[in-house]
Amino acid sequence: MRHETRKATRQVNQNEGLIFEKSSAGKAAWKLPPLDVPEVDASKLLGSSERKDLGNMPEVSEIEIIRHFTRMSTWNYAIDLGMYPLGSCTMKYNPRVNEAVACVEGIANGHPYQPEKISQGAMQILKTLTECLIEITGMDAITLQPAAGAHGEMTGLLMVRAYHHSQGRPRKKVLIPDSAHGTNPATAAMVDYAVENLKSDSRGMVDIAALEAQMSEDVAALMLTNPNTLGVFEQEIHKIADILHAKGGLLYMDGANMNALVGKVRPGDFGVDVMHLNLHKTFSTPHGGGGPGSGPVAIKKKLEAFLPTPILITKPDGTLGFDYNRPQSVGRVRAFYGNFGMFVRALAYIQANGPDGLRQTTEDAVLNANYIRKGLEGAYDLPYSTATMHEVVFSDKVQAKKGVRTMDIAKRLIDYGFHPYTTAFPLIVPGALMIEPTESESKEEMDLFIEAMKSIAAEVEEDPKIALDAPHSTRVSRLDETAAARKPILRWKPAV
Amino acid sequence: MRYLPKSPADREAMLKAIGLRSVDELFAPIPAEYRLSRDLKIPRQMAESEIVDYFRQRSRENGEGYTSFLGAGAYSHYRPVIIESLISRGEFLTAYTPYQAEISQGTLQSIFEFQTMICELTGMEVANASMYDGSTAAAEAVMMAVRLTGRRSVVVARSLHPEYREVLATYATHQGMPLSVAGFGEDGRLNLAELGKAITSETACVLVQSPNFFGTIEDASAIAGIAHKHGAMLVVSIAEAVSLGIVEPPREADVIAMEAQSFGVPLGFGGPHCGVIATREKNVRQMPGRLAGQTVDRQGRRGFVLTLATREQHIRREKATSNICTNQALVALMVNIFMTVYGKVGLKELAKQNLAKAAYAAGQLAKHGKVLFAGTPRFNEFVLQTAEDPHAINSRLLEHKVIGGLSLKKFYPELGNAALWCCTELTTRSAIDTAAGLVAEGKRQVSSPKQEADIEEVTR
Repeated sequence: MRHETRKATRQVNQNEGLIFEKSSAGKAAWKLPPLDVPEVDASKLLGSSERKDLGNMPEVSEIEIIRHFTRMSTWNYAIDLGMYPLGSCTMKYNPRVNEAVACVEGIANGHPYQPEKISQGAMQILKTLTECLIEITGMDAITLQPAAGAHGEMTGLLMVRAYHHSQGRPRKKVLIPDSAHGTNPATAAMVDYAVENLKSDSRGMVDIAALEAQMSEDVAALMLTNPNTLGVFEQEIHKIADILHAKGGLLYMDGANMNALVGKVRPGDFGVDVMHLNLHKTFSTPHGGGGPGSGPVAIKKKLEAFLPTPILITKPDGTLGFDYNRPQSVGRVRAFYGNFGMFVRALAYIQANGPDGLRQTTEDAVLNANYIRKGLEGAYDLPYSTATMHEVVFSDKVQAKKGVRTMDIAKRLIDYGFHPYTTAFPLIVPGALMIEPTESESKEEMDLFIEAMKSIAAEVEEDPKIALDAPHSTRVSRLDETAAARKPILRWKPAV
Repeated sequence: MRYLPKSPADREAMLKAIGLRSVDELFAPIPAEYRLSRDLKIPRQMAESEIVDYFRQRSRENGEGYTSFLGAGAYSHYRPVIIESLISRGEFLTAYTPYQAEISQGTLQSIFEFQTMICELTGMEVANASMYDGSTAAAEAVMMAVRLTGRRSVVVARSLHPEYREVLATYATHQGMPLSVAGFGEDGRLNLAELGKAITSETACVLVQSPNFFGTIEDASAIAGIAHKHGAMLVVSIAEAVSLGIVEPPREADVIAMEAQSFGVPLGFGGPHCGVIATREKNVRQMPGRLAGQTVDRQGRRGFVLTLATREQHIRREKATSNICTNQALVALMVNIFMTVYGKVGLKELAKQNLAKAAYAAGQLAKHGKVLFAGTPRFNEFVLQTAEDPHAINSRLLEHKVIGGLSLKKFYPELGNAALWCCTELTTRSAIDTAAGLVAEGKRQVSSPKQEADIEEVTR
């Protein structure tokens, strides 16, 4: 390796097979207490429904399980190890007090059907978080039920549909900018709306003239991410809202990028009618290797009647309860009340920050993205020069001349001790490098990142093969995804 | 703010490097009239000790120290300590979705093992990496059957969890999927004659739960026979995963939609839990959600990647099999560790204890009421019908810090004074005896206004 890698050093890493390959009959990691009721004859109670064999389930000891998962864990990159600059993913620090309070007895072990009388603690958490999120978004009401962002989008569009239906006509289509997340069109399809693409202008913003031309009384809503996936704030947001509202349409905001706005500006104030939040992005609940998430949907008053059931209410005696009698509701989108454990974590995050902390967080997130933009300008092509909020999008235009694409640069970044940025998204930037540092990165960490990215750019000029063959320092080299998809092996099978 | 790693001098230096004088300039793109010039009206910044105190206080107001006989889709089982030790490792907890396979092999191999064990337990050939929960997994499994059969209507068992039915109804509303409901018979299982009448040549699938909402085990092969004869699929929802240790899985099903919360996931007042879908290999391209697959690297070494992504929203957009993106990965890891701890023998022994406890409880409570569907095989739940209103019984039990069975008056008014009781390996004989004794006390009349008020309070 020609260039210095200050952030990372290779070290010995344990090998570990599949758990099934360690299994042998008679090993066990469990022990049940003696049964204090009479034993039963399963074959008598269950008859032909009795199961005799559990197939290839493993038999291993406790120490083997600890080592198995600990060894595997060391093969992962994580926020706890370093900067995770995935654009639109908001990989920020996951505070440990959040985890601690989520494990407190009555919170971790509360049953969703325990009587309301002894559920006041959980309901108080729901209520306080609800109030905080309503204040942060500037909206009027909220449902916490959706289990993730995409689930929130579905819930939001169901309410949009119900609203228009109540106005006499559910309308036919949803406008979605070409820079949008893939979940937006997929969601619209689930709610039976046709998707109509909306072009961005040369600044990377919604093309106001195009919107005006495409807006009609068949349009139910515009699904807008703001700041959009280029990290650009839609400066003419008031015009966008006006154009929609003039024809009776609604403005849906995908809140994936809310980390750029908290405490500085409220979507409810700039004309948004319905929006979802991702508690696992903006509000610090851990990504956990892909979930769980939580996707609350905040709405304006005119959509309140359509919220999923149940909703939280304060009863005449002052105690909290659930109201299931909501005749205009879109219905339930999930059993019980949502990913409650994530509500606990999000509230703990809000409490740890307070109004001043949340504002400083947003400022630091935007400052970090602009610092990286400044640091990498010149080394990488910047397709849109519009002001950057919390994330910045470069392209591989310069490097592509040497045959090196965004994915290659990303893979090389791994050797420098960083997780890659988001590659090849948004779709409006060919060969995109989408970088979101979040507020959690120190100046030192970002200086190392900028140094690494510049070093890769220099390598590409001198010897493109380094990036093309990257990563060089991981336990496995580039994996054959094509082969994986062509002949899928989706489970382990014993050797015959 | 203690989570932010910058000194005022750092911020100054960074602003200078960018060429700005103040941080306000960074927010200039936001039209001035919308910029917030005041503090958000939320609680002030709190110390860690204050946050811990706050949640401990809420915990004390939330059923701490009660003995519970509640199940109904959320089950209280013992969670081996190592689950929390292992999932707390930052490398699992704070990692993103494993799109960058070379630095995500830990998460990917773990998902591959999860998929394998779910296949072993359900008797299916492929399983995905997880869905939000059992209710949404069931709805998505039905939509999958609609795509696979090219038909649109669905027959749903009334013995399916009522909230799962509600979720399916929400999902189905705008997809042109007519739903019809088939009731249950005297044996507490799907009424096959009603199913025979409801099913048509337009039926995409039949959706049942087994063990069903009443805890009784459905005759999956008979139902599959009827469904398949009409060219429809059988989708089976499993809400109590521990049953798979002793109850034969519905091998005749085409799709299984599970809730795996029982495998080491806290009740957590209803979430996060862990849904998962399993099916036959030939159906995999219509399956929603992420899948981990085995492959090799450039040196031929075994490794794992997320695969068949062309089904998913980030590639196919409006033509995707589902809009699902984030799933329940960390919860699936809990499930994975739980399945590994109990394994081939432990899961069976664990399930047997559940069977024994529920059998004992049903025997004791039957002395003071009628256990419905008594002759039908069941797992760890049963329905007790009483002369007294179950809300009255529960309000009496609550005074003794016991949460009785779930009243079915809201969901199944036709069953009268009935409640759904659940016992797991954690339910002690003395708790069962205490509860039975308190149920027995109901033979005296409930009369005082205070008692009436208490009853009101436990009614949901």
